[in-house]
Amino acid sequence: MTDTSLRNRVAIVGVGESEIGKIPHMTGLGLNAQAAKRALGETGLKPSEIDGLLTAYSMTEPYFMLGSVMCEYLGLKPTFNASMVVGGASPAVMLKHAAEAIVSGQAEVILCCAGENRATGQTRDQAVAALAAVGHPYYEQPYGASIPSFYAMITRRHMHEYGTTREQLAQMAVTTRDHAVLHPNAHMTKPITVEEVINSKPIAEPLNILDCCLISDAGGAYIVTSAERAKDLKSDPVYLHGIGEYHTHEHLMCSDSLTEFGALESGRRAYNMAGLGPTDMDFAELYDCFSVVPMIEMEELGLCERGGAGAMVEAGNTRIDGQLPINTHGGMLSHAHAGAAGGLFGIIEAVRQLRGQEGKRQVASHDVALVHNEGGILSSHCTMILGREER
Amino acid sequence: MVGLLPEPFVNADSKAYWAAAKEGRLVLQQCADCGHVEFMPRHVCPKCWSENRTWTDAAGTGTVHSFSIVHRAPLPAFREDCPYVVALIDLDEGPRMITNIVGDGAYQVAIGSKVEVCFEDRGEAKLPQFRLAGAGGGP
Repeated sequence: MTDTSLRNRVAIVGVGESEIGKIPHMTGLGLNAQAAKRALGETGLKPSEIDGLLTAYSMTEPYFMLGSVMCEYLGLKPTFNASMVVGGASPAVMLKHAAEAIVSGQAEVILCCAGENRATGQTRDQAVAALAAVGHPYYEQPYGASIPSFYAMITRRHMHEYGTTREQLAQMAVTTRDHAVLHPNAHMTKPITVEEVINSKPIAEPLNILDCCLISDAGGAYIVTSAERAKDLKSDPVYLHGIGEYHTHEHLMCSDSLTEFGALESGRRAYNMAGLGPTDMDFAELYDCFSVVPMIEMEELGLCERGGAGAMVEAGNTRIDGQLPINTHGGMLSHAHAGAAGGLFGIIEAVRQLRGQEGKRQVASHDVALVHNEGGILSSHCTMILGREER
Repeated sequence: MVGLLPEPFVNADSKAYWAAAKEGRLVLQQCADCGHVEFMPRHVCPKCWSENRTWTDAAGTGTVHSFSIVHRAPLPAFREDCPYVVALIDLDEGPRMITNIVGDGAYQVAIGSKVEVCFEDRGEAKLPQFRLAGAGGGP
């Protein structure tokens, strides 16, 4: 049975990102608050009109009840408050929960936000050690397995099975950086070359530091309301056409495969709800914690054939002026990555591109976009399809 | 002082696993009802949810499914071992586990390499490690 229960029922009506980079004068909560203020500002709504709040988690400022802490910090008294803990998939899963809450009448205006001061709120060693906790504490961590090493093993398997080359992986990082150069708020804006990626510091072979996402101070937020209410607001609404999630494991040792993951099923559900397919997508914002990840997602989501992502990236087809622009803001490789906020910036970018506001980095066709978030080690997946028209 | 390498954590699910490792044996949990063999000890069979769990000796041999050579350690304790090999191996019985490839020629590991278990002292306990089949060295 095809689930169409959330098709065109809600819209994202405001998006905002905080200052991004090394921002030592702000806390993680402050970054969230700044992003929330900017998102709400687009809508013309007042803070008191927010009756729902969705948050994720913070490793840098590990509050016990982050949602309630955010309520008190922002002076909100919502009737709906929950926190998503599915790693990087959290910002997309927030939209699904927000849509369900709005459709079922539990709330009308929901703030979704995430972000941390990961760059300056802790030392680099603390950041790396905290992230090691993604590995299984009893059966993975004793072996010194790092997050990059898990994704490195996935990368090596992709190269082994499909012939993906080191140069193609590097090109993913280069193209993404080229997009960040055009973004006024991106963390990294110095252009890089394939040679520089290949010769950058090795982290976990075959991945080098320029294949890895950033550690940023950053917060992101978006506001969701019903499709009806959206029409009364001052911003251009972006409608949710379809959304789906799928969860298969947390630890890589328990994944059935190193090349096939849950994005296939989350994507299938999103496409079915929207009544659309991969060829209908004008552009895509994909989770890119490491250079291989958006390539796997392209394949799983049907945006290219299995094993075909490397060639597609190498041919320039994912550039802003290519046939399917991908990660037009610079992704987590170059725009920002701060805990659960990483994938939220892909949602923000999709909304802005669909509105046609992007100037130098505006994609030519901007009716329908796909956004994919994943969490853990390609463990939790959520795909959404957004559009500027109700369809 | 960079701290000691992490020692195995023994809990109710894994007590028999680590006790066997201490004796130099790699053991796997098997479902007494459906026969499924799984890595990562747990209270129920992930296939049929039976609570009837048994333990079986593994041959201690397997094949490398993928690997990485780690240059940036996740914890300071691993820093002086860098670079070291982390691998996912498919045991001959079927289950997949994370390990290190240690011993002679470890850096020559490839996808498909045959490996065999060995054990490294970690405090009072022993941690299953693997080396290339027929290779010497290691812990």
